[in-house]
Amino acid sequence: MTEELHNVRLVVNGVPREAQVPARRLLSDVLRHDLRLTGTHVGCEHGVCGACTVLLDSEPVRSCLLLAVTADGHEVTTVEGLGTPDDLHPVQRAFRECHGLQCGFCTPGFLTTIAAYLQNNPEPTEEEAREAISGNLCRCTGYQNIVASVLRAAEITRELSAAGRPIGRPAADKSEDES
Amino acid sequence: MKPSPFAWSAPASLDEALAELARVGDEGKVLAGGQSLLPLLNMRLAAPAYLVDINRLTELAHVRADSSGVRVGALARHAAVERDDGAYAVQPLLRQALRLVAHPVIRNRGTTVGSIAHADPSGEMTAVLALTGGTVHVASTAGPRAVAAADFFAGPLESSLTQGELAEAATFPAFARGSGSTFVEVARRHGDYAVCGLAAVVTVADGVVASARAAYVSVAPTPLVLDLTDAVRGADPATADWAAAGELAGGVVDPEADIHATADYRRHLVRVLTARALAEAAGRAGESSTAAA
Repeated sequence: MTEELHNVRLVVNGVPREAQVPARRLLSDVLRHDLRLTGTHVGCEHGVCGACTVLLDSEPVRSCLLLAVTADGHEVTTVEGLGTPDDLHPVQRAFRECHGLQCGFCTPGFLTTIAAYLQNNPEPTEEEAREAISGNLCRCTGYQNIVASVLRAAEITRELSAAGRPIGRPAADKSEDES
Repeated sequence: MKPSPFAWSAPASLDEALAELARVGDEGKVLAGGQSLLPLLNMRLAAPAYLVDINRLTELAHVRADSSGVRVGALARHAAVERDDGAYAVQPLLRQALRLVAHPVIRNRGTTVGSIAHADPSGEMTAVLALTGGTVHVASTAGPRAVAAADFFAGPLESSLTQGELAEAATFPAFARGSGSTFVEVARRHGDYAVCGLAAVVTVADGVVASARAAYVSVAPTPLVLDLTDAVRGADPATADWAAAGELAGGVVDPEADIHATADYRRHLVRVLTARALAEAAGRAGESSTAAA
């Protein structure tokens, strides 16, 4: 049996993208396989680990629990859309400074989750930082350095805005790693 | 860990969705937030032939509050219901329970009505519907019907919805004036399904306890509502014997053992958490509803 294909149009990291996919294709697989954006990692594929978290219309969601066809017409931000090696997102800078990652597998999900969280909660307490990352699993760090990274990212964001440098530029400028 | 093949449609209107559901019959499944359904599909524990995706029915994304209660549409995400200050002012138990539903990222996508339709006896929102005496509004090509919470849950993961039907909305009536509520639970890990949990409401009239009720998750095949007033009727809410109410509840429940907890441990949790929750709810009973955190 040949599966029916659906045309899915997404704006990924500011860039319009299109793919022909069967209805059962998960957004995580469309990002990785069809669009070749392998920054989004796939861990458990049933919504527990948080590694595949991306932003859908600026809100963090599990891309393994979303059919790509359902996301048709929406905006997606992946870890590739957060920052570049020369211009890291404040959360990425904080992870580097605080040693918030070891193997790095879970990191894309943490980065997207925390970036979105800090937009709405710019000054979290340590307890709130723990709650913010409670839906993401990390098997290396023991979380302490990730909690520190959340707090440091908030601090960096405040420093940047005090210096008149708004965080996070429009995603469209940061798309050079896409074809 | 990929879904098996299915046919998919995303109707643009409620009428279109109902016609599609009627057409596909018992081979069809409604896809709303997908935070319970997608794991089942990915693990191939479910393999429906058709998915009717209601994510384009934005008219069902409403959260409406008036003095009588809160109406939540089928596409309203948990996060939207949790954030809604109007809903919190009228029925604070919604927010009190939603903060315990999985994790924030799951709540961005999962829907409140969807988790009720899923009828998982561990699902917090099933207990909220039951304790508030809420109603599920069901639509189909045969016309609408309203199902009371007491009649909605048929068993674990089993509701009284029949083929071709869509749970279009749920209403959560306000509690009586002078009521305070809370939701407490114990889970193995933060965000996991509760080993035992309950929604509790205490109503204070003329300075004494007039009513104390609770609805439990994870201790019965469907959300279990108990009236515990007999243990505390007429008591001063500050000094009432909440432990006695916990004993009363512990004597009634008949939980099952599973990999997470023995039946005895669950019964123990019922006693302890009931006393704790009722005391907390009573502490809020005198406050204005918007002041309760």
